[in-house]
Amino acid sequence: MLAKLLPHPLLTVTLTIVWMMLLNAFSIGGLVLGVFLGVTVPLLTQAFWPSRPRVRNPLMIAEYGLIVLWDIVLANIQVAYIVVFKPNNKLRQHFIAVPLEIYSPEAITVLAGTITMTPGTVSADLSADGRVLLVHCLDTGDPEGTVTQIKTRYEARLKEIFE
Amino acid sequence: MDWLVELLLSAVIVFGGIFGLVGSYGLAKLPDLMSRLHGPTKATTLGVGSVLIASIIFMLWDQSTLTVHELLITIFLFLTAPITANFIAKSFLHRHGQSELKLPETGSECGWASFDKPPSADDDEPSSLTIPRRHGK
Repeated sequence: MLAKLLPHPLLTVTLTIVWMMLLNAFSIGGLVLGVFLGVTVPLLTQAFWPSRPRVRNPLMIAEYGLIVLWDIVLANIQVAYIVVFKPNNKLRQHFIAVPLEIYSPEAITVLAGTITMTPGTVSADLSADGRVLLVHCLDTGDPEGTVTQIKTRYEARLKEIFE
Repeated sequence: MDWLVELLLSAVIVFGGIFGLVGSYGLAKLPDLMSRLHGPTKATTLGVGSVLIASIIFMLWDQSTLTVHELLITIFLFLTAPITANFIAKSFLHRHGQSELKLPETGSECGWASFDKPPSADDDEPSSLTIPRRHGK
């Protein structure tokens, strides 16, 4: 019964919270409307969610978020330094292939997004079978080291969260 | 006290402005499309982020209300920036082709998704979900 009414509990919670944040002020009426939206939208869009991500370890998500935020700050400073002080002909640009150990599409999406937001890397493409990520590095002297860093710093944590 | 808060706010806004400027400068200065992508996806995030932090502090101090719209803007920014970057990168790959770009080998059975078909996809149904799922449905 509950599973039928709430086909996608995580989406329900997310929608309600986003609605409350949009309102920007707490009121009972707003909360009721938020919960109503949070329940109906997943019901109506159920057909588009054939499978749901399994999320374990909410604490790990918080840890991951903090690490990524910190890395984004570092990434900004690093990229700003490269842009301002490094001449274009000294950039060591590389495309690197990152073999994946995670399978869930959601985890791969989060990983690709994280790679784009963090130091000197932008994810460009995925292999056709979804097992390898193509990443572009702005300036790296050690492509293998970058792959190892992505795998240990982000992928290992995502693996624990999603799988 | 007012003086201190104003100083802090100005510092955060100037800090953010510098990063926004550097990001835009990177867009103009870097040599090709893939490296130019690095400017707007990163340097500007901290720029916008600082302005949003300043906005939260100002609303807390001046209007003594806590606004969360800034947090929402941050979340939407983090959700959309990588996807835009990925779209631009994809069109770049399609435009130049695999041989010209000297892409690394995938090391798996299939090539990169921009140039190769997924292993089990029918030609009639290109939209089928082909990424293998190991865990349940």
